[in-house]
Amino acid sequence: MNNFSYQRAGSVAEASGVATEGGRIIAGGTNLVDLMKYRVENPEHLIDINRLALGEIEDGPDGGLRLGALVTNAATAYDERVKERYPVLAEAILSGASTQLRNMATNGGNLLQRTRCYYFYDTGSPCNKREPGSGCPAMEGQNRILAILGTSPLCIATHPSDMCVALAALDATVNVTGSGGDRRIPLADFHRLPGAHPERDTNLEAGDVVTSIDLPEAGFAGHSTYLKVRDRESYAFALVSVAACLELDGDTIKEVRVALGGVAAKPWRDPAAESRLVGKPATEESFRTLAEALLSGAQGHGHNDFKIPLAKRAIVRALTTARDNDSK
Amino acid sequence: MGTNYIGQPQVRTDGRLKVTGQATYAGEFTARDLVYGYVVQSTIGRGRITSIDTSRVVAVPGVRKVFTHENLPEYLKRNSADYSDPLAPPGQPFRPLHDAEVLYNGQPIAVVFAETFEQARHAAALLWVEYAEEEVQPLLRQNLDGATREDVPDPPTARGDTDTAFAAAAHTIKVEYSQPRHFHNPMEPHATVAVYKEDGTLDIYDKIQGVASSQQYVCGVFGLDKKQVRVVSPFIGGAFGSGLRPQYQLFLAVLGATELKRPAQVTLTREQMFSFGHRPAQLQRFRVSTDAKGRLTSLDHTSFGETSRFEKYNETIVAWTGLMYDCENVKLDYQLVPVDAYTPNDMRAPGGVTGMWALESAMDEMANAAGLDPLAFRLLNYAERDQNEDKPFSSKALRECYQQCAERFGWKDRPTQPRSRQEGNELVGFGMATGAWEANQQKASARASFSADGQLTVGTATADIGTGTYTVMSQIAAETLGLPIDRVVFNLGDTDLPESPIEGGSWTVASVGSAVQSAVRMLSLRLLELAREYFPRRFKHAELGDVTFSDGFMQAWSSEPLELTGLLEKAGKEIVSVGVDHSPRKDRGDYSTYAHACVMVEVRVDRDLGNVRVERIVTAAAAGRIINPKTAENQILGAMVWGIGMALEEEGLVDHRSGRIMNANLAEYHVPVHADVQGLEAIFVEEHDEIVSALGAKGVGELGIVGVPAAIANAVYNATGVRVRELPITLDKLL
Repeated sequence: MNNFSYQRAGSVAEASGVATEGGRIIAGGTNLVDLMKYRVENPEHLIDINRLALGEIEDGPDGGLRLGALVTNAATAYDERVKERYPVLAEAILSGASTQLRNMATNGGNLLQRTRCYYFYDTGSPCNKREPGSGCPAMEGQNRILAILGTSPLCIATHPSDMCVALAALDATVNVTGSGGDRRIPLADFHRLPGAHPERDTNLEAGDVVTSIDLPEAGFAGHSTYLKVRDRESYAFALVSVAACLELDGDTIKEVRVALGGVAAKPWRDPAAESRLVGKPATEESFRTLAEALLSGAQGHGHNDFKIPLAKRAIVRALTTARDNDSK
Repeated sequence: MGTNYIGQPQVRTDGRLKVTGQATYAGEFTARDLVYGYVVQSTIGRGRITSIDTSRVVAVPGVRKVFTHENLPEYLKRNSADYSDPLAPPGQPFRPLHDAEVLYNGQPIAVVFAETFEQARHAAALLWVEYAEEEVQPLLRQNLDGATREDVPDPPTARGDTDTAFAAAAHTIKVEYSQPRHFHNPMEPHATVAVYKEDGTLDIYDKIQGVASSQQYVCGVFGLDKKQVRVVSPFIGGAFGSGLRPQYQLFLAVLGATELKRPAQVTLTREQMFSFGHRPAQLQRFRVSTDAKGRLTSLDHTSFGETSRFEKYNETIVAWTGLMYDCENVKLDYQLVPVDAYTPNDMRAPGGVTGMWALESAMDEMANAAGLDPLAFRLLNYAERDQNEDKPFSSKALRECYQQCAERFGWKDRPTQPRSRQEGNELVGFGMATGAWEANQQKASARASFSADGQLTVGTATADIGTGTYTVMSQIAAETLGLPIDRVVFNLGDTDLPESPIEGGSWTVASVGSAVQSAVRMLSLRLLELAREYFPRRFKHAELGDVTFSDGFMQAWSSEPLELTGLLEKAGKEIVSVGVDHSPRKDRGDYSTYAHACVMVEVRVDRDLGNVRVERIVTAAAAGRIINPKTAENQILGAMVWGIGMALEEEGLVDHRSGRIMNANLAEYHVPVHADVQGLEAIFVEEHDEIVSALGAKGVGELGIVGVPAAIANAVYNATGVRVRELPITLDKLL
């Protein structure tokens, strides 16, 4: 770890100003400090935002909930309103990391966690995300955990978050304050696919501070589930995960949302394919149609080929569970 | 009586020290002016260092010295410097910083010493190294052409004619099994504190399973006499074989201490725990046949194990195939495959769990091919005699293990057809396997003293790697002299104590325990001699067999008991001491000595998603006399957990081009978490065996893992109808 200077932010504007000049924002630090110890990230200056007033969950615009950026993952998952109205989000958060990490990690930080690609973490290996232009050994190397959708020839990293997969299914919006003022970024546009610039994980600009996440009113509390498929029962990143939300009219699909984790550099959705299911019966056959559509562009890289059939099966399983999960 | 401890579930005598943080582990020893070392590792897998620039490193405040191959003291490079240790396999042991040659990825190429750990770590990152890289071939399969029998101990001699038997057989299988490289990750990382003293002697605190090994290594390398090197290792936070051979942090810490003339510490990071010794990747080929009734007619087993290019690490892998079952035609072959990696080292049940995972999987496949229940198949082919060595077993209650395990587990409810039982989305399967481990006994020495304050002190240079050595030895000593256990002090892990074998091979209780018992018996004889002299009315005609020692008293026949402290007072002695050397009985070699187990497993496999849950495991173990059922059960339970990891999770992911270990951390190198471990049960089937050791004890440290991976794999087959022959059984292999 390199030496760095540290200051505590007194306001969002101050944090934004320091971040514009190259300072790194630190909140829970559960990922950034790790990356600094591995020398993957080497910030010279840290600005600590933990004391800013971003730690509340409150009613949001349009009947939804607003999750403060500094609310911990644990506090979010155990919040009665979240549990009651957005169970898919609570489930997703609790499937991730460990108790200790969820107690430290914040909602804003969860959005910004970086890939778990082995080569990204290993400074002894090249990596286009860590050192643009150095190459991608994962492409032909140990890529069992890596992406099958939205990849580029430069990078096949995945985004590791569980929470973001549920947020994507819920059509959440990220509120950001930057040098140009406040902006609202739909979750779907928050993370980036690697394209020509795998070093950029998100569409945030220098100086942007994530202040909160808005959940719309519709929480699909009646028929939703989060399914995480992984190599052990706890403390493992998703090989494939599915946030599935259904609204039913009898046995007919009124609305369906499916977001996939563990398969791309961002939570993966296909709203056009979802809308084709509206009015169709909520059967495994319909679910399979959606699964095929979601994975239609998928491409494996050897070790991770299995994720394609696995994701399809997981989608069908999750939607079936959500359909039969008649909690309301 | 209040002083019977053997066979009782005694709580750990060192438990309180451990849970209150008062037990001092190697890296926690401290000394004035301690300097901290941090290791720099190579980032190539094979080649030469062409330049190494330390200028930015030494510029960091607090840095005192950087050692590389360029400034290693000349005397350490001479041929007279002997880097071997008692367990060094054939070849040239690795010599840290010896020259510019890079033999494997992650090799230590420099060590930075600074006033603080953080300074050393930061400075280490600033070392600039340039390499001339060569092609790297780190994987077993890449190197199969180089398989060799040179320097490999011969497996047991072939018997019968497997080719003819196989050709004539009613049922046959021909299969291949493989397993990846597994890495040691005990909770405590490897660490050494070396304290240099003004007279040139060293006190060394090392994580090691036998202090004599570190002493021999340091003396050989640094040209010192045994009297100049004391090695101390009172507590070990798990070792499992990783501490059998001295590791490179010992060399580096002693280097720092002797050159800087200051106490020096080197502790490996979790990532660096992946840079030395591992359970080798293995490829095993089986050809097995039975007659129409399911009797084995041939067993043909070839194994290829990886080793480094500089040492021929070997294990006992194929011998199990000739030992476990009754079969007239057996052919065994074991070859080593050098790869660009560090030399493997022993990991819990080395060779045993490797060979038996394959053999017991093959037995399951053979039972299916012959249309027999796997348990019935094993009973049909039960070995009453060791056919490898043509010897009887000293004891073998495996049949009882099978019976008791089957009863407790409910084997009779096994789904007889694969993929025939489903609950919800989960397929249910039962599997079983046999486990075995050699019951060894080594020579050991011990000293025992009884002092006027009523304390019994026993010492020997063994180790407690978390297995409960302190506790078990205290039990044996306390019962033998008839003292409450809290009046026994047991010392270990110090080269100043009498010699003891390395703590490994599951032989400590049998070897050291027998020596402790023998020493305390000898001590009780000395006390009887004193009693004859000072209390002749009661003891003049008493022999040892006539005297009972209990509750702090000795009593001849039914005469008035004599308090031991009163004896010393009357005799005017502060202390009575004896030392003994204890050896296995002479006719031990006429017998084959093994501990056995039966493992039964129920798994649940998601029908669509392939993930495997181990619902429950029952192990019935026959391991002679169990000295402490509590610590023995700990061993079996822990081993079952590890067996789950080996079967389903553990895999060192090697980049095939660089030889780097890509998941060198505990987030990505998966071992079981609590949620992976459900019902575990251990049953002990007691054996009375006076041949195996004076105490009647066999070992339980390794036995518990041996059958588990195969039992799980067999249960997965029973659940799904899919036979996975490549560990770990991850869900992608079951889709």
